[in-house]
Amino acid sequence: MSWLASTRVVGAAFNLNHPAHTVDWHFIHLSVANVVVIGLMLVVFALAILLPFPGAAKRREASK
Amino acid sequence: MSAPAATPPSGAATEGDPRSWTVKLRRRAVAALPPEKLLPDGQPTYVASWIYVFGVASIASLIVVIASGCILTLKGPAWWHFTSVGHFFNSIHLWSVELFFFVMVVHLWGKYWMAAWRGGRARVWITGAIVFLVAIPAALTGYVSQQNFDAQWISTQAKDAMNSVGIGAFFNLTNFGQMYSYHVLLLPVAVVVLVSAHVLLVRRHGVVPPIELDKKLPARAGGSGPAAAPEPPPEPSPSPEPTA
Repeated sequence: MSWLASTRVVGAAFNLNHPAHTVDWHFIHLSVANVVVIGLMLVVFALAILLPFPGAAKRREASK
Repeated sequence: MSAPAATPPSGAATEGDPRSWTVKLRRRAVAALPPEKLLPDGQPTYVASWIYVFGVASIASLIVVIASGCILTLKGPAWWHFTSVGHFFNSIHLWSVELFFFVMVVHLWGKYWMAAWRGGRARVWITGAIVFLVAIPAALTGYVSQQNFDAQWISTQAKDAMNSVGIGAFFNLTNFGQMYSYHVLLLPVAVVVLVSAHVLLVRRHGVVPPIELDKKLPARAGGSGPAAAPEPPPEPSPSPEPTA
């Protein structure tokens, strides 16, 4: 498959040939793309707090 | 031709003439940020957490933004529009900007919820917030400098926004030359200077400890420097000298 043809397949999977989908709630008016990014940021923020950092326990023990 | 002045003994050369402005400046700089604070051997134990990673992730993505932007600047719009390598670097530039904002927002949330302005770190917080605000027009001027239909659409919409808030006379977003100059020179320089100041202030005051650690260490609460290993931190203390 040529490079151009492969880009057409990808383009078909993500059809952008339409007005943007939006989320509307009172005065809030956001594109779905932006809502997805905000959601991802929240997920990453939660994971950053919850997931243990490699070697953190060892460092804590060593510092005692 | 006169003979060169005799070199003073090394001790005197280090101390220097106390009336010299360079000596005064050096003393103030070293007092504000001694080398062991500027380039520490290690970080406190509490820094071993993913939430502390996003500051350096912001800097890493900013480096990619600037490096890819330099390449685009050297090659020009015809290159980034009509060649595959140009498309590649254009995409690197775009996605590194997206990543920069992504990790910067997570960094901002982390610092907000741990009240990172504690312990005399107000200037650290303020410079970080200003970096965020300056980075927004830095990105916007990039979107309107693309030299394509997207840029035309965004610039006319943004021009309406500028006009509506009364500053349209100062910023003409449909003027490619003006926007490109802002994008490749003025705003990146502002961002880099502010980020440098932010990092130096972090180094001076130390990474903010978690709130619960401050409570456990009342003597250090309110902002002493790093409160854990590898070495006892100096108190950030109100310094007598004025600082940036």
